[in-house]
Amino acid sequence: MWQFFHKLGSPRWFYQISSSLLPWLGVLSAALIITATVWGLAFAPMDFKQGNSFRIIYIHVPSAFLALAGYYTMAIAGAVYLIWRMKMAEIVLRVAAPIGAVMTFLALITGAIWGKPTWGAWWVWDARITSMLVLFFLYMGVVALAGSYQRADLGSKAAAILALVGTVNIPIIYKSVDWWYSLHQPATIKFTSKPSIHPDMLWPLLLMIVGFYLLYAVLIMLHARAEIVQREQRTRWIQELAK
Amino acid sequence: MSLASACWQMLRRDLTLLARRKMDVLNPLLFGFLVALLFPLGLGPAPASLALVAPGLLWIIALLSCLWATDGVFDEDFHDGSLALILLSPQPAYFLIMARLMAHWLASGFIVALVSPVLALMLYLPSEAMGVLFLSLLLGSASLVCIGAVGAALTVNVRNGGVLLSLIVLPLYVPVIIFGSAAVQAAAQLQDSTAYLAILAAMSLLAIVLVPLAITAALRINVDAA
Repeated sequence: MWQFFHKLGSPRWFYQISSSLLPWLGVLSAALIITATVWGLAFAPMDFKQGNSFRIIYIHVPSAFLALAGYYTMAIAGAVYLIWRMKMAEIVLRVAAPIGAVMTFLALITGAIWGKPTWGAWWVWDARITSMLVLFFLYMGVVALAGSYQRADLGSKAAAILALVGTVNIPIIYKSVDWWYSLHQPATIKFTSKPSIHPDMLWPLLLMIVGFYLLYAVLIMLHARAEIVQREQRTRWIQELAK
Repeated sequence: MSLASACWQMLRRDLTLLARRKMDVLNPLLFGFLVALLFPLGLGPAPASLALVAPGLLWIIALLSCLWATDGVFDEDFHDGSLALILLSPQPAYFLIMARLMAHWLASGFIVALVSPVLALMLYLPSEAMGVLFLSLLLGSASLVCIGAVGAALTVNVRNGGVLLSLIVLPLYVPVIIFGSAAVQAAAQLQDSTAYLAILAAMSLLAIVLVPLAITAALRINVDAA
């Protein structure tokens, strides 16, 4: 069983394993997302206070979850690369950074779109939104740093260090922004309160979250495969594949 | 050479170099004053409105000064090869880097803290908050310099690394500025700011201890490759 994980560390084996996994994951994630979208947009009950505008949480919440999970994926891949020098870890690090940044951006944009009809403001400096914005900049820092080096492997190592420094900082940043918000805004309107969500609204959300996680795995695999083909283009197995 | 004397030599070397290049020390401070000039031009000279934003503004100016001061902290040594020698020395690079950070803090963060009352007067900070401003900058600038140095180490061989440095480092500055400006704001409103100062001190200590690890790793990446 451990051999499977060891195999994933090699580009060639990763390519082969992902070739067999990708169709299943793709179909499953598409099925879950489509089901959850239709269910959430069309069949879930209308919210008492927000009417139909709440439905954007079906995109907003999963992308926010993945923004944070993606950062940890990137940081762990970076740590593995720095410690064990695995090629696949470097590739996953490189590939996870822009995907995570896009997820964060999506979360911010959908949050703004949700905010306008619901609470009247496109943007509010509340704790979670501000933390998400800082996370976006952390991602962009990793992307920019990795791309600024002339040698790709050095850039990946530097990006891995930055991702780890960011990981240490994320709880500190989150807590301090949380505290900062509570200091400056005696919360009259609680954007961050957790209302008990009706099961009929919750199920499509859960399906959507799982679908998004699978989509993230699919995206990582697709980008990693492209990266592998590009890096290993001179090897025989790639050239056989190209024929 | 013992570790202590090696660190002392490192400290002496950096302070001597900084003393010989006074403009390198002065430039970030001048930038800080320029920013302090821009804000009243943008916000209007009314004392009431400036006093309102003064705590945060002073911290932002200090933050930017420290950021610009740490911009090229490893560049020159990297390009002339002394960094390779420092990393090859028998003493652990961790402590040598710490000595360098100390020297640079003395030339940037410490001086910013000393000069901050002048900036505070320009921005109409209530006089009750001056002492806390000085103290908060003294305690917080250590973490600013340390975190800035991590960015400098990561961008040591990057062309136009200054902007990239800012992009990398500013998100990491978020906790420091939150508590720094909160301390000064509390003092301006005649409230107790001890808790915020304590947290600033804690963050600085954490930075001082952890940052040399990251810096050594980042520098080794660049030096081993060059």
